[in-house]
Amino acid sequence: MSATRIVVVSAGLSVPSSTRLLADMLGEATEHAVRARGEEVEVSYVELRPLAHALADHLLTGFATGELKTAIDQVAHAEGVIAVTPVFSASYSGLFKTFFDVLEVGALDGTPVLVAATAGTARHSLVLEHALRPLFAYLHAVVVPTGVFAASEDFGGAGGQGSGELRKRVDRAAAELAALVSGPGAAPAAPRRRLVEEEFEAPTDFEELLRRASDGPPEY
Amino acid sequence: MGMQFGIFTVGDVTTDPTTGRTPTEHERIKATVEIAKHAEEVGLDVFATGEHHNPPFIASAPTTTLAYIGAQTKRIILSTSTTLITTTDPVLIAENYAKLQHLTDGRVDLMMGRGNTGPVYPWFGKDIRQGINLAVENYALLHRLWREDVVDWSGRFRTPLQGFTSTPRPLDGVPPFVWHGSIRSPEIAEQAAYYGDGFFHNHIFWPPSHTQQMVRLYRQRFEHYGHGTADQAIVGLGGQFFMRRNSQDAINEFRPYFDNAPVYGHGPSLEDFMAATPLTVGSPQQVIERTLSFREYVGDYQRQLFLIDHAGLPLKTVLEQLDLYGEILPTLRDEFAKLRKPGTPDAPAHASLVERAGGAKDSTVYAAGDAATGTTDRDLDDPDAASVLEGEL
Repeated sequence: MSATRIVVVSAGLSVPSSTRLLADMLGEATEHAVRARGEEVEVSYVELRPLAHALADHLLTGFATGELKTAIDQVAHAEGVIAVTPVFSASYSGLFKTFFDVLEVGALDGTPVLVAATAGTARHSLVLEHALRPLFAYLHAVVVPTGVFAASEDFGGAGGQGSGELRKRVDRAAAELAALVSGPGAAPAAPRRRLVEEEFEAPTDFEELLRRASDGPPEY
Repeated sequence: MGMQFGIFTVGDVTTDPTTGRTPTEHERIKATVEIAKHAEEVGLDVFATGEHHNPPFIASAPTTTLAYIGAQTKRIILSTSTTLITTTDPVLIAENYAKLQHLTDGRVDLMMGRGNTGPVYPWFGKDIRQGINLAVENYALLHRLWREDVVDWSGRFRTPLQGFTSTPRPLDGVPPFVWHGSIRSPEIAEQAAYYGDGFFHNHIFWPPSHTQQMVRLYRQRFEHYGHGTADQAIVGLGGQFFMRRNSQDAINEFRPYFDNAPVYGHGPSLEDFMAATPLTVGSPQQVIERTLSFREYVGDYQRQLFLIDHAGLPLKTVLEQLDLYGEILPTLRDEFAKLRKPGTPDAPAHASLVERAGGAKDSTVYAAGDAATGTTDRDLDDPDAASVLEGEL
């Protein structure tokens, strides 16, 4: 059986960023959690900062080039996604949203997604619930129950209360994601919408398209 | 004729970024006619116009434009890029283009498209979410209207027809050739293949990989539906160039138009876009070489159209582009002919379609009486109207 593919999307802007730091923690924890279930796993990282220009171009031209195309393909074919954004103006960053804006409709149907965010203070922690969860619900993803929010203070001193708490949340979220991407629960509950590439591989017969076209109440 | 060359326009009214001047609708409409006439003068085979129903375009009423051009030209094929099969009543398409076919002695074909302007759907009483379904059902009706003298029809998107005859019947009993255009909807390649119609790929704003996968699917399915081998499918491509004798002059002159173009302006650089898409800005030799390379990823094909009159380019410049196109045309024809695999079908034209149908036949539906036309909207059920019509006053 091939390895479970997990893609971590990170939208931090500085290098290094606390967003990437959290992304790494979640990626590693998920790797361990999937392995602990006796399955092979392959975690890859998509950093959005170097794709910023390509993303802006995609908005204007309608197509992806180079590394952005690779990143989009990776996410569309992942069995699980970890999405990490900094909080900007009370929501996910524009860069983060742009990446999910240019994904093809249906690309995340039924895909388990772990949502996570970073911010300067804990006052932004509900961004997971009021911004990220609705976004991924719209995209028909399956969002794991535990989202992970990290304020700057959560990265604080070793053994301190902050880091211990963060580690616990990271591990719990990773275990939940691992349970969704492996084992009997991994099959999506509803059929995914058909992606264009699937249609190219196995086109729907035209007689079926004709039947579907006229299948519905009169619209005149 | 092995391969047809031509131009296609979307009819945009765009400010010239180098002068700040925006043509009037009247100027743009007249310029379109000049461009089409000059296309014939330089030896091109096809002029196609788009269809839009909103500013900044002058491309509504395409058959009016094409008929006017048809009256002032002798040879050039008049086509569309595209005809909105989603929001236009297929009965009107059947009538309008059959009429145009008669008026121009068969110099007409069409390219079906779904359109890319969301509000056009509600403006014409349709739902954009039904785009593919509209394209499929409407074309199924259009296909029958041109092939069956009397049509009974009932479908989802238009009122039923009982005993309907679309007039005029197609010239010589042969419907206008139809291309189906789509950038990346496999359903449309499937549709073109199912009917054995042509498939046209825009091939302007997107990478060649999109074109390649659509054409490959169309060719495979053309064979699947028994219309011939994959190599015998009828393929058309768009394209976009800007030429000057010296390639650096072409780049310098075109760059402000590129940078401010409505579709891709303010996005990638001209150089990046040239690398990612079929756009060629350079010398005539560069345009020849790039164009000849298209067949490497779609196979031998039948029609090549270029977009040359958009983004605010002034008429004078567009006519100069046509002159240069005319200059490279003999080379393009010769080189494509040399590369062409034997057995590749010729580009479709009325004469060859008539020949394939076994000769021209009069397709007129001679109606003995007129049972359908009333005399007034109140008709004879109204005794007062009847008495007037029968001459009592």
